[in-house]
Amino acid sequence: MKKYRFQLLSLFGAVILLTSCGNNNGNNKSRGALNSSAAEKVYVAPGEHDEFYAFMSGGYSGNLTVYGLPSGRMFKEIPVFSQFPTSGYGYSEETKPMLETSHGFVPWDDSHHPDISQTNGELDGRWIFINGNNTPRIARISLTTFETEEIIEIPNSAGNHSSSFVTENSEYVVAGTRFSVPIPQRDMPINEYKGNFQGALSFISVDPKHGHMDIKFQIIMPGFNYDLSHPGRGKSHGWFFFTTYNTEEANSLQEVNSSQNDKDFIAAINWKKVEEYVNQGGGTKVPANYVHNVYDETTHMATSTMKKEVLTVNPLDIPGAVFFLPTPKSPHGCDVDPSGQYIIGNGKLSADLTVHSFDNMIAAIEGKKFDGEAYGIPILKFEDVLAGTVKSGGLGPLHTEFDGKGNAYTTFFISSEVVKWKLGTWEVIDRKPTYYSVGHLMIPGGNSRKPFGKYLVALNKITKDRYLPVGPEMEHSAQIYDISGEKMELLYDFPTHGEPHYAAGIPAELLAPKSKKIYRLDENKHPYAVTSPDQARVERKGKEVHIYMSTIRSHFTPDNIEGVKVGDKVYFHITNHEQDFDVPHGFAMIGQNTSELLIMPGQTKSSLWEPKKVGVWPFYCTDFCSALHQEMQGYVRVSPANSDIELSWSLGGD
Amino acid sequence: MNAIIKLTLLLAAVLLLSCGEKKEKHKIQIFQKPKVEKKVAAPVSNEVPASKRITLDNKGVGKVKNLKLEPTIDNKMATRGAEIFKTNCTACHKTNKRFIGPNPTGILKRRSPEWVMNMILDPKLMTEEDQCAKDLLVEFNGAAMANQNLTEEQARDILEYFRTLK
Repeated sequence: MKKYRFQLLSLFGAVILLTSCGNNNGNNKSRGALNSSAAEKVYVAPGEHDEFYAFMSGGYSGNLTVYGLPSGRMFKEIPVFSQFPTSGYGYSEETKPMLETSHGFVPWDDSHHPDISQTNGELDGRWIFINGNNTPRIARISLTTFETEEIIEIPNSAGNHSSSFVTENSEYVVAGTRFSVPIPQRDMPINEYKGNFQGALSFISVDPKHGHMDIKFQIIMPGFNYDLSHPGRGKSHGWFFFTTYNTEEANSLQEVNSSQNDKDFIAAINWKKVEEYVNQGGGTKVPANYVHNVYDETTHMATSTMKKEVLTVNPLDIPGAVFFLPTPKSPHGCDVDPSGQYIIGNGKLSADLTVHSFDNMIAAIEGKKFDGEAYGIPILKFEDVLAGTVKSGGLGPLHTEFDGKGNAYTTFFISSEVVKWKLGTWEVIDRKPTYYSVGHLMIPGGNSRKPFGKYLVALNKITKDRYLPVGPEMEHSAQIYDISGEKMELLYDFPTHGEPHYAAGIPAELLAPKSKKIYRLDENKHPYAVTSPDQARVERKGKEVHIYMSTIRSHFTPDNIEGVKVGDKVYFHITNHEQDFDVPHGFAMIGQNTSELLIMPGQTKSSLWEPKKVGVWPFYCTDFCSALHQEMQGYVRVSPANSDIELSWSLGGD
Repeated sequence: MNAIIKLTLLLAAVLLLSCGEKKEKHKIQIFQKPKVEKKVAAPVSNEVPASKRITLDNKGVGKVKNLKLEPTIDNKMATRGAEIFKTNCTACHKTNKRFIGPNPTGILKRRSPEWVMNMILDPKLMTEEDQCAKDLLVEFNGAAMANQNLTEEQARDILEYFRTLK
């Protein structure tokens, strides 16, 4: 009996083996882990690197996160518009100015649309721009340090949403207003909106060498909502396209009142023409208050400047510069294909996509085939500019990206899907569900002349059951699809931080080789830096005490300080003397009313401490820097305000 | 009876093998090549601490293989070296006493010029593969020497500066 059982068991074993073998050879899509081809496609082995960087906007986190594709691993959160205690951004004396605005210090924003700088219509990987939606700002982030280098506030704007997209050679980064407002701002009844409120479209020049931004001009448009925008490219280079809604100019219950018109517009702006006009002295300089913040990599410091004037342009003063293209059903996304020929308006309340033709538009303009005007701006005839309609059968189209092989991919929010269709024939090729309610989508380079059409990332608004539940609040889900074949294939699903709206992707080989590893100590021009430990010292200027401190594994110089008094303003200026990759030191002081500092090799950062209590108070390094990290600490003696103890400092008794 | 069991087991084994072979084609490289650990078998002398030990024949591990010092000190190099030393090294090394790390005064009486250069240029490699550097790390309390990313030229200038220390 026993033997018989054993025999059965081994037969059974053989059958199982046979079965599992069969599965390996056959259809393995739904099989677990490493057997599935989808798993292999997203698997990046330990120590190996991803093929693409993906930069996801942080939405209400105000920041920008960096992911790898295809693995979906998160590498970094770059603080942009929000204070970030992890590094001390927005808390350190050097970076507080980055968050200054004309409204004072604003430590948060809502970041939406990252866009990578371009040269000749292709990603050049120098900078990435992103908009602050709430208190209108545009930020520029270096793609060598992955740090925010510059933030400029946008006056006359509100709900900075149709932003921050760049032109083909990064001549301009564009910031369009979502809300129309009184320009200039003034005290007036809200229900007098119609005809009185206006919308500013700002063109911010980008210095080709340093990337520094400056508002070149603002086009003051009718009081619509300017929703999204994209640049012309190739043949349409020199033009910019903005979707509009609320052409009804409703000031209340927009949910209903802004959806009355069957068609709103895409505003086509010939910015080259406007540029020419202002270069010849056109436009009106008007008083304004907006702040320009610049971080200098050599001084490790940001400065804020209040600007007092902005150049505005009335579109009616430049004939031929601005036209309206009627587009059905409150269009949201406004996307331009890699050739620059097609402008796609996704009417978010429609099932169909409207594709305008740039050639048709030019012909209609030349033939002066107008269908009326809005506030003096000519409206082109819908039928004259239309190239085609994509009858997708989906609901709630939002955004379109391109693969560079003649295909377009559009997200549908209401029907939760991505639809692949063909440019020119408008036929639907494939559709795949998303989980759930997709907003933007991203193909690396998908908003340029040269997309890298291998992966598509769908950025969803709703997560629900995709991951283990973590209470009512969850991270958003993203899905990555393989788009190298005729049909899309869902590969992987990963959570993203904050609420990603748009994203931008770029091949790793364009960024990785020039990523900075350390700041060189001999290039450190911070006014409070100590470049050798013998310069470490403590100075008093009235109630201010400046501690010039250096760090290296694993001590602070000095680490014993006496002579500080209650009521002093104590500034720690700490220079990290390491010159090796990935050896930051941290700094934290007990009871300090601010965050820690995280100081990169060769960098100087400053932190303010206002001691309120007499005693001997410790500080320490917060970053596990070496085997002796727990020894990396020091003390400050705080004496009563009327004490006459002299300032003194030491390390190891010296 | 036994024969049947054997046959079944054999069949199972064959299937396993063939499965394995098929898998091979789609095999994903999960494991990286194991790092070849060089075992340095030199006996540790407990009598003389590493800092006092004389190891002039040992050139250490690293890119500096052979270095011949000129009989006279090059003052220009030494001056440059002193400057680089001040910025990059004095947080841990003092020239009048033992500090976080050893005092470099008289170092060339104990160590070869190559060893000193290699220690400056790649302290991590040295503490992994050079017995003397390993023992020094232990003797100095586990305070690992920082790689300051100096060029070979800069390290050479520091070496020249060390020659002036008396």
